[in-house]
Amino acid sequence: MSSESTYESYYVPHNSALPIFASLGIFLTVYGGGNILNEMSAGSDSNFGTTVFAIGGLVMATTLFFWFSKVIEENHAKMYSQQLNKSFVWGMSWFIFSEVMFFAAFFGALFYVRFWVVDWIGGEGERGPSNMLWPDYVPQWPLLNNPNPEAFSTPQGVIPAWGLPLVNTILLVTSSFTVTFAHHAINEGERKKIIGWLVVTIALGVAFLFCQAFEYYEAYAHLGLTLNSGIFGSTFFMLTGFHGAHVTIGTIMLIVMLGRAMKGHFTKTDCFGFEAAAWYWHFVDVVWLLLFVLVYVMGT
Amino acid sequence: MSAVIESHHDDDHHHGPDKGLMRWVLTTNHKDIGTLYLWFSFSMFLIGGCMALVIRAELFQPGLQLVVPEFFNQMTTMHGLIMVFGAVMPAFVGLANWLVPMMIGAPDMALPRMNNYSFWILPFAFAMLLSTLFMEGGAPNFGWTFYAPLSTEYAPPSVTFFIFAVHLMGISSIMGSINVVVTILNLRAPGMRLMDMPLFVWTWLITAYLLIAVMPVLAGVVTMMLMDIHFGTAFFNAGGGGDPVLFQHVFWFFGHPEVYIMILPAFGVVSAIIPTFARKKLFGYDSMVYATASIAFLSFIVWAHHMFTVGMPIAGELYFMYATMLIAVPTGVKVFNWVATMWQGSMTFETPMLFAIAFVILFTIGGLSGLMLAIVPADFQYHDTYFVVAHFHYVLVPGSIFSIMAAAYYWLPKWTGNMYDETLGKTHFWLSFVGVNVTFFPQHFIGLAGMPRRYPDYALQFADWNMVSSVGAFIFGFSQLLFLFIVIKCVMGGKKATDEVWDGAEGLEWTIASPAPYHTFSTPPALPERAMA
Repeated sequence: MSSESTYESYYVPHNSALPIFASLGIFLTVYGGGNILNEMSAGSDSNFGTTVFAIGGLVMATTLFFWFSKVIEENHAKMYSQQLNKSFVWGMSWFIFSEVMFFAAFFGALFYVRFWVVDWIGGEGERGPSNMLWPDYVPQWPLLNNPNPEAFSTPQGVIPAWGLPLVNTILLVTSSFTVTFAHHAINEGERKKIIGWLVVTIALGVAFLFCQAFEYYEAYAHLGLTLNSGIFGSTFFMLTGFHGAHVTIGTIMLIVMLGRAMKGHFTKTDCFGFEAAAWYWHFVDVVWLLLFVLVYVMGT
Repeated sequence: MSAVIESHHDDDHHHGPDKGLMRWVLTTNHKDIGTLYLWFSFSMFLIGGCMALVIRAELFQPGLQLVVPEFFNQMTTMHGLIMVFGAVMPAFVGLANWLVPMMIGAPDMALPRMNNYSFWILPFAFAMLLSTLFMEGGAPNFGWTFYAPLSTEYAPPSVTFFIFAVHLMGISSIMGSINVVVTILNLRAPGMRLMDMPLFVWTWLITAYLLIAVMPVLAGVVTMMLMDIHFGTAFFNAGGGGDPVLFQHVFWFFGHPEVYIMILPAFGVVSAIIPTFARKKLFGYDSMVYATASIAFLSFIVWAHHMFTVGMPIAGELYFMYATMLIAVPTGVKVFNWVATMWQGSMTFETPMLFAIAFVILFTIGGLSGLMLAIVPADFQYHDTYFVVAHFHYVLVPGSIFSIMAAAYYWLPKWTGNMYDETLGKTHFWLSFVGVNVTFFPQHFIGLAGMPRRYPDYALQFADWNMVSSVGAFIFGFSQLLFLFIVIKCVMGGKKATDEVWDGAEGLEWTIASPAPYHTFSTPPALPERAMA
């Protein structure tokens, strides 16, 4: 009944040493990372953590390099069916969904604090005399007067939305267009255009990261806005920091795609790697738009 | 038909398993990986079980006899973490690995190398978690729910490694779930529609969706903890404008769906077993699917019923109370369907069926005590007592774990090619059944009488039932060694199983040889005429 003659067989790799190295790599990375943090908080000057972390990172990076190379090789050797490509597409989509939920946790925290906690600490609602502990505290957002200024330093201000963050918004939105232009160029098979638009996209991503770094410098050096300056700083740096980390990952992905494009990879029907990177880039872009509105505009 | 599938054996894609240890380290085969998950889960079950026995031994009598309170706290914490993340979840992933490809006629999981990666992260993660027991300051001691500020400001230094262990488990779960979703959506045999899939596959599809949605939130909340501990952020510190209750909200946004992650696949297992031994089709297949999906949806909007006593606006308490009670509706549909499936069936009571029937009865008890807990004013009395302990152990032990045992007995003949020893299996069932009830039923009484959970000592009036409970725990605990023996005996040999194994069992996995060949369905099978519709 099933049409075996037309059925493309689904490629199931036989044995692989890649995952065990990846497991080892990720374990050493986090174990080293944990030791670094504990050494830091205990004031120890041991460099055990750093060493393990570095080895773990190296193992992980090397493994990922070989893993992706192997997948690309297998793809070029025509071992993959259309069906397997669909698995990749589904896989990447669900991975991005998991990332959305990761950010949702931090956005949820911001929402809860912004609309409820800050007022509750000031004694609002039927929550009893919750303002007795810190009678001088006045609820406001952004929170520049921490309830307990001895434990949390007082920031002088926050980053205004309509300066650097606006520039960053323009940079990222533009880059979403340019990466799409690169995609069109793949469909048209114009190698030079693919490379050109990818270079522009990467440049915009790097420019964004520079602006973000400068913004952090401003916050720390001139505004006293730090991780330790109360809940505004906490949510601000965690949200923008994780976003920045994702932009960095996205940029690395695009740089890899640029390298592949230069080697002549990607055709209209065979460009999953590029598409995955582009989806990731759009996802990072959407998160930024949310950040811009919810953290910057509504925070100032 | 099965003969057709088997005849492709000499194809160049087909390798038998390698020899030796490296087979298990390097494997990309869904059956090998399923086996790894199941053995890993069982070893965690024994370790977590030993911790439970330390707890029950200490609580055998009032006063402090065996352990210091500090160590007792570490035991309650680690017992919970290991059972949830190390025993129950990996067991279900193991079952998914073994069964989903065979049930939908797929050659393997969709992304086999990532499948291996998902598994092999786990031993590292749990080695790291268990190593905290030997660290300075001891293991995490703040309960498996790790509420801030106990888990931040007042935590031992080992909390850092606990956080990273949770990150690793999350990464493993997310990759495992992506694999399950992709396999189910993309690798079904041609002609198998979604509504033709066995319920175990359906429940796992929905479970995987829940996992992908909430494991990142768990990662988020432990990251906030990490930042509060090491970088002075104020997420859970009111002095900086944060709120310890924020922790509970984010945690339970993960935690409540997590509860269903541990029970939905159990529903799938029971829905496979009861029709076989009642020799009837499952009653209400469609309603089972919709009920599962409804439960999954509701699980996202009821989280704060875990925190009624923490202080919430009254509107919030009312909303979470009614939303929680709503879950009883789809759950009731399921229980009704299982009972209706058995109604007027030609029932026989082999070991898997015994576990499945016990599941239906005892899980329902756990579900009903959950309804009691959902009533806000009543919950103010029950909160953090042994009543809560009794409630969630009823849904987790004779719920999730009984279903896992039922699944093991039901599919062991397919996995090993041998029948397990039925007499020993039934003995194991009755010991477990009696042990579980003797352990947890009295905890309802001491809980209602006011004994708080997580304390190493208690007032004298709770002494009798605590003693009973401890006796039950040791019966249950040691009878699991019998289970281990039965499984090993079955792997080593025994009466040969037929391909169908069970008279009238439905599903593609029963059309292939027993033991299941190393590679199955390298080309998709022809489906029996709308067998599952």
